[in-house]
Amino acid sequence: MTGIDWLILGLYFAFVLGIGVILKGSVKTSTDFFLAGRAIPAWVAGLAFMSANLGAQEVIGMGASGAKYGIATSHFYWIGAIPAMVFVGIFMMPFYYGSRARSVPEYLRLRFDEKTRGLNAISFAVMTIFSSGISMYAIAKLIQTLHVFDGVFQRLGLRSSWIFDFAILISAIVVLVYTFLGGLSSAIYNEVLQFFLIVAGFLPLSYLGLKNVGGWSGLKATLGTSYTHSWSGLSHANTNRLGVEWFGLAMGLGFVLSFGYWCTDFLVVQRAMAAKSMSAARRTPLIGAFPKMLFPFLVILPGLIAIALPTQPAVPPHARVVVSAEPPGKGIIPMKVDASSGLPMLDKDGKPQLDYDLAVPSMLLHYFPPGMLGLGLTALLASFMSGMAGNVTAFNTVWTYDIYQSYIRPGATDAHYLWMGRTATVFGIAFSVAAAYMANRFNNIMDMLQLVFAFVNAPLFATFLLGMFWKRTTGHAAFTGLLAGTTAAAIHHGLTLPAGAVVGIKGGWLAVTHVYPSEMAQNFWTAIYAWSTCFVITIIVSLVTRAPEESKLVGLVYSLTPKPEEEPLAWYARPATLALMVLAGTVLLNIIFW
Amino acid sequence: MGIDIRLPLGALFTLLGLILIVYGAASDPSLYGQSLGINVNLYWGAVLLSFGALMFVLSRIGARAAARLENIPQSPSSSTH
Repeated sequence: MTGIDWLILGLYFAFVLGIGVILKGSVKTSTDFFLAGRAIPAWVAGLAFMSANLGAQEVIGMGASGAKYGIATSHFYWIGAIPAMVFVGIFMMPFYYGSRARSVPEYLRLRFDEKTRGLNAISFAVMTIFSSGISMYAIAKLIQTLHVFDGVFQRLGLRSSWIFDFAILISAIVVLVYTFLGGLSSAIYNEVLQFFLIVAGFLPLSYLGLKNVGGWSGLKATLGTSYTHSWSGLSHANTNRLGVEWFGLAMGLGFVLSFGYWCTDFLVVQRAMAAKSMSAARRTPLIGAFPKMLFPFLVILPGLIAIALPTQPAVPPHARVVVSAEPPGKGIIPMKVDASSGLPMLDKDGKPQLDYDLAVPSMLLHYFPPGMLGLGLTALLASFMSGMAGNVTAFNTVWTYDIYQSYIRPGATDAHYLWMGRTATVFGIAFSVAAAYMANRFNNIMDMLQLVFAFVNAPLFATFLLGMFWKRTTGHAAFTGLLAGTTAAAIHHGLTLPAGAVVGIKGGWLAVTHVYPSEMAQNFWTAIYAWSTCFVITIIVSLVTRAPEESKLVGLVYSLTPKPEEEPLAWYARPATLALMVLAGTVLLNIIFW
Repeated sequence: MGIDIRLPLGALFTLLGLILIVYGAASDPSLYGQSLGINVNLYWGAVLLSFGALMFVLSRIGARAAARLENIPQSPSSSTH
């Protein structure tokens, strides 16, 4: 990093903190802090809805998957996000926003009962802390690996082993300051800033890369069809790079996992709840879906280009950042190096493994001169911080409204809950830092936690679907169904194993009854089993328990709620029009990249 | 709520654009070998600058529209812009 790069990074930090300071003045009540005063315009909420999910792990991870699986990675966007975003906007938002619930767990209490809310609130709170810790760990590791701060540390006479701690500390402090001051509005504003920064940093990268490899046709010629087609080969798990067949992909990713995330995760739904009107709330996910549809070209394409470039030791002249002694990998992606021994890591066939996570950062270093490099790295850092702020704002809301106000101290003044929200921001970030260090010391614990979260999340959408569209669903049934779904996920994981994996954290810890061609296939099918179990059990238990009173379900269930009144909007801005446009666009993209 | 986000967006991207344009114009052309001989700082800086300016313009238009809405007596409670 040269002076100009630091200038750009510094400018970004100044804006982020400045926004927090300016917005502090408009935070007067707890609603201002937790729900941005429900005053956010649709387009701002929409971009935030999409960007809250676009953490650095997503940017790095999608590039890595692009290099590993090819353009088929775009399934995570086209089938794994767009339909769910349309569904939550058109069908679910009337109940989330219309019920005036302040959080997703609170909706569960209104619709079902206290225990269902408690289960969801507590698991969600724990999960957000750990995921923000894990992403903090990931970015600190990345900064360490890229050696971006090494020059400065040497000049200041600091030990380079402190870079990890420095990266964690600085990001924690910045996120703390702006979410503490401005609450959700601050987080949303920064998510919008980050959205434009990612576009500004990555669009030229895709352009230069694509120009260099001779356009899409050049990429096709170099990589072959398995990298450049998203659907062909999906008839069987063994004939595509993902190792999944179309049914597992469509049901597991396209239905269970994607609807479970985009329709029920408070991290994203909170952005829509902050919108200024019902119609703005409904348009929030739809507006977010438009950039989501196009983002594969920004975040997945660089991964493909990285693997397609001629293999070479990637050492751009000005950047002393990549260790040139590293043996070449493939394309410009280096090999995975064991941190303790310094030797390349080998897979089970004795071949060196590639460090796919470095695909996107290597691309930045490869194409960007000083100046643009600063912008690219700032975009990465911004995406990391706003991803983390998303977790923190969701955590402090659920903690304050659904745990503290419900179980610890009900009936206090609004000013007290505002104070609690700010305090929760502080200890939420402190816990995240602790989780980041835990991830650094005990990798296995983190893998296990993420597995447990996956088990907890998988059945959620069945509960919401039944709750919103079948008035007979009861609280006991929702609770039992969730527990049964999670148990089913755990059992399925315990009975199956991806090909080539060892029994343990990857599965098969009960007995190996089935071997999946890939870990992805196993994940998708775990989700399918969890969802189906939850769906069936919830229906059965509902039928044998006492039906809820219909008068209490008005505004919470589809059949008992009057249709939301449409505001007078131009035809092209109506939710239904937006939904049709984004779905048509997605179908078109799937056909083009068949 | 608070401020119109288009203002900080406009300010940030105007500044980023200016920084990149100045640096791109002043820097040694040999720097751009790695970016296929294209002076990305200069050109992309110009794009970012125009984006920043556009945000300022949109913010002005938005403020005017909001002011017009307020001037209409007993206008519907919706404020959709």
